[in-house]
Amino acid sequence: MKVKTRFFASARDAVGHREMDLEVPDGLTAGDLLQRLISDYPRLAGHANTVRLAVNEAYADPAQRLCEGDEVALIPPVSGG
Amino acid sequence: MLFKVTDDPLDPRELERELDKPENGAVVTFQGVVRNHSRGRTVSYLEYDAYAPMATKVMAQIAEEIKARWPITDIGIWHRTGRLEIGETSLLVVVTSGHRKEAFEACHHAVDRIKEIVPVWKKEVWDNGESWVEGDVLVAGGDACSEEAPAKPKRRRLTKEEKKAADHAAFLRSGGSWDPDYAEEFKKYIYEARRLGSREPVDDLPD
Repeated sequence: MKVKTRFFASARDAVGHREMDLEVPDGLTAGDLLQRLISDYPRLAGHANTVRLAVNEAYADPAQRLCEGDEVALIPPVSGG
Repeated sequence: MLFKVTDDPLDPRELERELDKPENGAVVTFQGVVRNHSRGRTVSYLEYDAYAPMATKVMAQIAEEIKARWPITDIGIWHRTGRLEIGETSLLVVVTSGHRKEAFEACHHAVDRIKEIVPVWKKEVWDNGESWVEGDVLVAGGDACSEEAPAKPKRRRLTKEEKKAADHAAFLRSGGSWDPDYAEEFKKYIYEARRLGSREPVDDLPD
């Protein structure tokens, strides 16, 4: 299934893209997707424990199963305001 | 629009006008403004990035939390993105209510929550570098600053002989082009003079 991934701040610097479309196995969890991204982009490794995941613009548990067309964002610790 | 992420400069009067209602007795406006220093460094400017569609959703969620907890009339939250110069407003929060107590408290809590969960990030740019701020931490170039500092070469105490040799070498260096024999003589003279002290011995001291 196809999912869209989005990257921000230093996670974006680590990957080199703002967003990417990925082909992933059906039923992949958000957490599994993160692990796959870390193995594809080792510079993301430092974020493994601090990044939060968002699916379709809402914070998500890593155990959440993804569906076709979902948008997954890597959210490093925020610093707005 | 009560919840907004925009590259345009933020006008507090504009958001206040949107929230204006005759039943309000208090309007509390918070402006987060770019400061010229951070963690001991001089800041040249800031850059803000945001996951805009999610940010406005989270702002709306925070507003619901606030309204559930304090009897305010309404709350508006605007955040600016892109490059911001020193003194410009990055965050605007306006709270309106019948009375001031809940307006002050709600605004304070709202700002704390925004800084906790809204997906916006700032990058500090200084004279000699730049870094994303993530939580409390400066994160340079995509990797957290968690690399080990390079190991310093271990130093050990010199033996007495080594110290003596090092002293003598330093003495000769400071002497420049001295003849080494002369330097030996001079060194003997210096040590003897130190031993004796700088004053002439006094034979008869008063009682």
